[in-house]
Amino acid sequence: MLENGTIMTTVNTKPSENLNIVIVGHVDHGKSTLLGRLYADTNSLPDGKLEKVQAICKQQGKEFEYAFLFDAFLEEQEQGITIDTARTFFMWKGRQYIIIDAPGHKEFLKNMISGAARAEAALLLIDALEGVKEQSKKHGYLLSLLGVRQFAVVVNKMDLVGYRQDVFEGIEKEYREFLGQFKAVPAQFIPVSAKLGDNIANRSKQMPWYSGPTVLDTLSAFKKEAARSEQPLRLPVQDVYKFDARRIITGRITAGRIKVGDHLVFSPSNKRANVRTVEAFNIDPQPTEGQAGQSIGVTLDDQIFVERGEIASHQESLPSVSTAFRANLFWLGKRPLEKGRKYLLRVATKEVDCEVASIHRIIDTMNLAQQQGSNSVGKNQVAELTMRTKAPVAFDLSASFEATGRFVLVDEYDIAGGGIVTELVHDDQEFLREEARRRDFAWVKGEVTVEDRAQQYGHRAAIVLLTGGRHTGKSFLARKLEGRLVADGRHAYLLDGENLRRGLDADLTEEERGQTTEMARRYGEVARLLIDTGLIVVSTTNPFGLAYHEASEAIRTLVHPAPVIAVHMSKAAEEPPPNTDVVLTGPTDFDAATARILDELKRRGVLAQAIGAKPVFQYSI
Amino acid sequence: MKHLRQLEDQSVYILREAYKHFSNLAMLWSMGKDSTVLLWLARKAFFGHVPFPLLHVDTSYKIPAMIEYRDRLAREWRLDLVVGQNKEALAAGMNHTMGRVVCCTALKTNGLKQLLENKGYTGVILGVRADEEGTRAKERYFSPRDKHGDWDFRDQPPELWDQYKTTFPPGTHIRIHPLLDWTEINIWEYIKLENIPFIDLYLDKGDGTRYRSLGCAPCTTPIKSTAKTVDDIIEELRHTTVAERSGRAQDEGRGMELLRKDGYM
Repeated sequence: MLENGTIMTTVNTKPSENLNIVIVGHVDHGKSTLLGRLYADTNSLPDGKLEKVQAICKQQGKEFEYAFLFDAFLEEQEQGITIDTARTFFMWKGRQYIIIDAPGHKEFLKNMISGAARAEAALLLIDALEGVKEQSKKHGYLLSLLGVRQFAVVVNKMDLVGYRQDVFEGIEKEYREFLGQFKAVPAQFIPVSAKLGDNIANRSKQMPWYSGPTVLDTLSAFKKEAARSEQPLRLPVQDVYKFDARRIITGRITAGRIKVGDHLVFSPSNKRANVRTVEAFNIDPQPTEGQAGQSIGVTLDDQIFVERGEIASHQESLPSVSTAFRANLFWLGKRPLEKGRKYLLRVATKEVDCEVASIHRIIDTMNLAQQQGSNSVGKNQVAELTMRTKAPVAFDLSASFEATGRFVLVDEYDIAGGGIVTELVHDDQEFLREEARRRDFAWVKGEVTVEDRAQQYGHRAAIVLLTGGRHTGKSFLARKLEGRLVADGRHAYLLDGENLRRGLDADLTEEERGQTTEMARRYGEVARLLIDTGLIVVSTTNPFGLAYHEASEAIRTLVHPAPVIAVHMSKAAEEPPPNTDVVLTGPTDFDAATARILDELKRRGVLAQAIGAKPVFQYSI
Repeated sequence: MKHLRQLEDQSVYILREAYKHFSNLAMLWSMGKDSTVLLWLARKAFFGHVPFPLLHVDTSYKIPAMIEYRDRLAREWRLDLVVGQNKEALAAGMNHTMGRVVCCTALKTNGLKQLLENKGYTGVILGVRADEEGTRAKERYFSPRDKHGDWDFRDQPPELWDQYKTTFPPGTHIRIHPLLDWTEINIWEYIKLENIPFIDLYLDKGDGTRYRSLGCAPCTTPIKSTAKTVDDIIEELRHTTVAERSGRAQDEGRGMELLRKDGYM
C-alpha cells in the first residue's frame, strides 16, 4: 500500500506500545535539539517536515537547527524558548515514544510540571559547558516529587568541551551528590552531542572512554509503568450513575484489584457493601473483576449512600482518615500561598475546603537549604507544610500509594499547586473517629433501611446544633424549633444535655461527670442513635462544660455522615465556630430564626420543599 | 490490545470528570473517525447512554454520505443531535474560494461560537489528537477558552496527574480533549477491536483512492491507497511517512495556528 507512488525506505513501522517520556533541564541546555535529533535519527519525520522547516528558516534568514522541528509556533521560534508542553512521537525498536517536551525557562515551570506529571520516564539534560545550573537541580528535585522514578541524565554539548572525560565525570559526581540528598538514583549518565549526533542513536567515535548505552538504548531499557495491581485496593469514587435500573458506582482503580463478591469499605463514611456486579458496555462476557488503572463501574448488594470523593478499599487495609496531614508542596500560583487563606483541596476525587495550618519551611532547591518562619510560599517555590481540611478526608501516604497520596490545591479558578502527603497528622477527633469506625463496622442492622425511613417520614434524619454563650436564647429557640417541626408533621426531638445528666449519666460520680470529653462522647452517641431512628435531632451542646466549639466538633465526628446544621447565637457580633451555617446576632426574632433554620434544612435536602409531599431521594443517608 | 484498553481507561476517566463537573456539557461530532470513536467512548463511560447533546457544526459543504451516516446513528443510538449553522454567512455566499482560513473561520469557528453562545454550553468535548498537527500537540485535556472563545496557548493552566481544570469564570468555557494521547493507528485499532461503525469513505472502493481525513468536500482530497479494510488501513499507517492531514487544505502555511488561536476546534 504505497501512497503517491513513492517507494518507502524506512525500516521503522509504527508499533502499538507507547511510553510517555519527558525531557527536562535548564533553559538552553539543548532539549529541543535533542528532540529534533531523536526524531531525525529514528526516521520518524513525516515527508516534507524537514523541508518545510528548512524553508521557513531560509525565509527568515536563519541557519537551520534541529530544534526548530518542534517549535511549531512561529512566535516561539522568534523567542527561542519552548513555551508549552508539546507532545511529539517517534518510533524505536517496537515501541512508540510520546515525548512531552517540557520548557526549561523558569517562567514556564508550570508547563514543565504538567509535562513531567504524566511522564513514565524522563531524560534530564545538563549542558557540559555550563554545568549544573539552577533549573537542573530544581527539575531533578521535582521529578522526584512528581513520582517520576525512571530517568537518565544526558550531559549535552560534549563537543564544546572537546569531549573531555574529566568534564563529564565532574558533572556526574556533582549531580549524583545532589540527587543523593533525596535518594533519587538515575538509570544512567550519558555524554552526548545532540547537535552532532554523538551517543544519541549511534555510539560516538569521539568518546571511546564511554562504554555505556546510547540515549536510544537507555530509552529502550525503560519499563512501562509498574502495575500497581499487587497493592491493597484503592478505588476513589468518581460518580454514581442511575441512567437505567442499575445504580452504578464508578471510578478508576488506583491500586489493587476488585472482584464480584468483595466486601468494600468506603472511607471516610465507613459505609460497607458487597460488590454485586462489574458493569461494562460492549464487553462480552460481562467482566467480574478489575485492576489498577481501569476505569470501572460496580453495583452493590446494599443501596448505601456513597458519593464522589470516598475511597473504597478492603477492610484489611483502610486508607487514613483525618482533617490534617503534612506534605511537600510546589506552588505555581500567580499569588503566593498564604497561611490561613481558604483553598480547595483535591485528593483523588475528593474536593474539600482547606487551609495551610503551618508552613514548616521553604526548601531552596538549589542546595536544599531550608528557610524557616515564612507565612507564605511564593510562585515556583517548594515547601514543607501542614494542611488542615474542613471535613475529614481519606488519603494515603505518598510513599505507600502514589495516586491517593498526592493532592492539588485550587486557588479561585486555577490549580495553583500540587504536593505529596508525607505524614498523617493526628487531629483531636482521631479517638472519636476510630470509635465511630469500629461502631459502624459492628453495628447490628435491622431490615428497615435509612432510605425506607426517609421515604416513610418524608424527611431525612439530621441534627441541628445550636451553639452560643450563656443567655443567648439557645434553649428557647431549640424548643420553638422542635415544636414547629412536629406541628409541621416532621419527626423531631429536642436532645438536652441536662436530661442525659439526670438519666443515662445519673450513676456517674461527680469526678466522672467532670470528664467533659467523655460527657460529649456519650451525648454524641445518643444523638447518633436518635438519628439512626430517622429523627431530626435538635440539640443544645453547652451543658457538659466543654467550650461549645469543641463539643460540637465531637458530636459532628460521632454522627458523621448525617447532615449537621450548625446555628450560632450571640448577643454581639463574634467569630462563630468553623462550619456554622446560620449566624444569629443580637436580639433574636425567634420566629424569623426558626424560619431561617427551616430554609437551611430545605436547602440541605433534609426537608422536601412542600410540607406533606414525600421527597424523592435518589440515594438516602 | 492492552495499550488500547489503557487509552480507553484514560479517556473514560476524562469523560466522567467532564460529566461530573459541567452541568451544561456537549460533545462535538463531525462524523469523522476520531469523533465517532469519542462518541463510542462516551457510550463506554456511561454504560450505553450518551447523557449530553452531540453538536454538529454544519458548513453545508460536507460530503452527503456523512450526513446520511449522522442521521442513521443518531436514530439507532438515540442521540440528542443538535445541528448548528452560520446561516448569515451562508446567506452572504460564504465559500472556500473567498479564502480557506476566511471560510473555515466563518462557517466552522464562528458557527461553533454561535452554537455555544446560543445554548450556553460551558463544557465542550472534542476529539482532537496531539499527533494530528503542531498546535494540537500543545493542548491540555481540559483547555480553557476566554469570553471570545479564544485560546491563550501561552498561559495554559497546569494539569497535574488526574486533576483537571474544572472551575472557570462566568462567560468562559472549557474544551475537553479525551483523545489527546491517541494516535491515528490507535483510532483504527480501536475501531477494529470494538467493531465501531464508520463511514466507508475511509476505504478504497476500487478506484485506488480513499479519504484519510474528512472535512468539507471542496477542501478535502482523497489519497492514493488501496486499503479496502480496517486491517489494510492499519498496515498502511504503520509504514506511511505522509502526514495524516496532508489532504486538508486549511493546514497549509500557518493556517491551523491562526485558526486554532481564534477558537477553531
